[in-house]
Amino acid sequence: MTKFKALAGLALSALLMGSAAFAGEIVINSDHSDPAPKKAMEELIADFQAKHPDITVKWNNFDHEGYKAAIRNFLTADPPDVAAWYAGNRMAPFVGAGLFEDVSDVWASNGLDEQLKSSAASMTIDGKKWGVPYTYYQWGIYYRADIFAEQGITPPKTWAELLAASEKLKAAGITPFAIGTKALWPTGGWFDYLNLRVNGYEFHMELTSGKVPYTDPRVKAVFEKWAELVSPGYFLENHAAIDWQDAIPQMVQGKAAMYLMGNFAVATMKDGGLTEDQIGFMQFPEITPGIPMAEDAPTDTFHIPSGAKNKEDAKVFLAYLASPEAQAKMNATLGQLPVNNQAAKPSDKFLDAGFTMLSNAYALAQFYDRDADAEMAKAGMEGFQEFMVKPDQIDRILERLEKVRAKVYK
Amino acid sequence: MSDTARSAGFWKRNQLKIAPWAFLAPGAIMFLLYVLIPIVQSVWISFHDWDGLGDKVWIGLGNYVELLDDDTFYVALKNNLIWLALYLLAIPMGLATALFLNQTVWGIRLYKSLFFFPFVISQVVVGLMFTWFYAPDFGLFSQLIKWLTGTEIAVLADERFVTLGIIVAGLWPQTAYCMILYLTGLNNLNPEQIEAARMDNARGWRLLWHVILPQLAPATFIAMVVTVIGALRSFDLVSIMTAGGPYGSSQVLSYFMYEQALSEYGYRMGYGAAIAVVLFLIMMVFITLFIVRMIAQERNR
Repeated sequence: MTKFKALAGLALSALLMGSAAFAGEIVINSDHSDPAPKKAMEELIADFQAKHPDITVKWNNFDHEGYKAAIRNFLTADPPDVAAWYAGNRMAPFVGAGLFEDVSDVWASNGLDEQLKSSAASMTIDGKKWGVPYTYYQWGIYYRADIFAEQGITPPKTWAELLAASEKLKAAGITPFAIGTKALWPTGGWFDYLNLRVNGYEFHMELTSGKVPYTDPRVKAVFEKWAELVSPGYFLENHAAIDWQDAIPQMVQGKAAMYLMGNFAVATMKDGGLTEDQIGFMQFPEITPGIPMAEDAPTDTFHIPSGAKNKEDAKVFLAYLASPEAQAKMNATLGQLPVNNQAAKPSDKFLDAGFTMLSNAYALAQFYDRDADAEMAKAGMEGFQEFMVKPDQIDRILERLEKVRAKVYK
Repeated sequence: MSDTARSAGFWKRNQLKIAPWAFLAPGAIMFLLYVLIPIVQSVWISFHDWDGLGDKVWIGLGNYVELLDDDTFYVALKNNLIWLALYLLAIPMGLATALFLNQTVWGIRLYKSLFFFPFVISQVVVGLMFTWFYAPDFGLFSQLIKWLTGTEIAVLADERFVTLGIIVAGLWPQTAYCMILYLTGLNNLNPEQIEAARMDNARGWRLLWHVILPQLAPATFIAMVVTVIGALRSFDLVSIMTAGGPYGSSQVLSYFMYEQALSEYGYRMGYGAAIAVVLFLIMMVFITLFIVRMIAQERNR
């Protein structure tokens, strides 16, 4: 209804003014600087313009890293009509500061509560929806299928099987796990999965929202499992010196066999020369039997800043962005998964596996550095990195993390 | 008519008083606007809890109390001291290069330019080059160490070596800077004094220590100032090479401040400002020493 009113109003005013320049214009700020996201955005905007010729889209594309600093400035100084950001705790500071507009009406009037169900929880703060998610991707263990076959390993389903497989690989002179922790966040994936599998989703959420001390024995238990991989040297040496991409060559050369990563790593592996048949994907194995399997699936979103000048048309854009057609097309280009459950299923082998895994997931976590408060995440991931180098220091590390937690979540 | 005459009279009478202020005004206003007021603002912010978006909450000395209890702060402080001590090596190294290059052979200008080159390229590029130089598996340095000792050391991932590794990268351009200061100093040496010293049979180290170095004192002073300040505000290299890692062991105050106040994981403006104030106070110690020395010198003149 609002959509119709806006369009009618626009048509009327355009008639009265008799000027094309007066037609609705929306300004979109986003961080789609990498080639595939950029192309996906261009297609999205072109399709949107074709469907809504009365709305002109002006798109400011920011560098991916620079955007994180820029958004704080432009939200207060010169807010666009639509801005890209992330779900979960990452949007909490902006929601708290009143910089994002409540878009619950867009959800309600377009049936998004049903279609975007898997992300509804991560878009909700204080019972209201603060943006529209358009893509996510799965995390899991990518492995060299050919090496597994050579060594006679079947993809592990339990922790014991994973340890046995690692031991076998190590004995064959292959490092079981590739990882590069220079940028810290790859350690977050490991912590998330170990915690989700050892203690479960509810505990993980309580921990990342600061309700449980890091000195809790349940947290310690996570690191005990982790140490079973760290102490025998199942991770790449010198991982603290390299970025995640720098660890891929080890896998391509067959010096490492597995990589706990997001689905974006597949493209880099293929660029490195691996064929689709050489790469396998498996869900992170079960640790504590009986705990329902939750997964990491970081979600990217669009929001309307509260200072936006053209909120009516911005909402039209968000509604289009949420539609099954738009999400299917956009994610085909992105190589990621549409959040809308009515969207066409992806054809790619890994995405298909991810789609099935995520649709059956008990719950979705965003990722350690999106679920936890930013300051806590930084200290936490530094602690994880230190643990992966000096596993015997775990008590000192956890005490330090607890000190930070007590400070951050006063 | 009489009005203009009077105003001309006013200008004539006060010209000597007004002119210096008029000439000072542009610089003074800039200094006030971009240096003094921001300093006061930083101190003011450091007494607040502020995320840069919402309202500032007055917490008095809360940020400073927290800082005293922050392990990272002490790591950063310790690293800054190491930086300060080792960065000063740039001065003797610069002097040595300058003395070496201060000769007249064919093509010396080219050599001088090549030695000066590291100062011209951006710190970011220096940082990247050294990152690759140290990189495990393919870095030249790690290959060399592997060949010499049989074990590989990932300099930038090892908390024992990481700060030293970054300082070495920093010394490369800083040495070039000190060299150029000394080269200009060497051009202004008094040839008569040197000749006299030679007649008195002074040569080698004694000539350098007693005759040449005293004449280079102004260059040494400037080199000292820029090196000390450079060491205290070391930021670019840390940011490019390690981002303070591994697990915060190469942290320095300036990067710590940036991380707390402005990075993806920060936005604690008050806390960042408190770090800035501490860094400012440390710098003030040196700046005061330098200024006192400069004033004393001018009085002696």
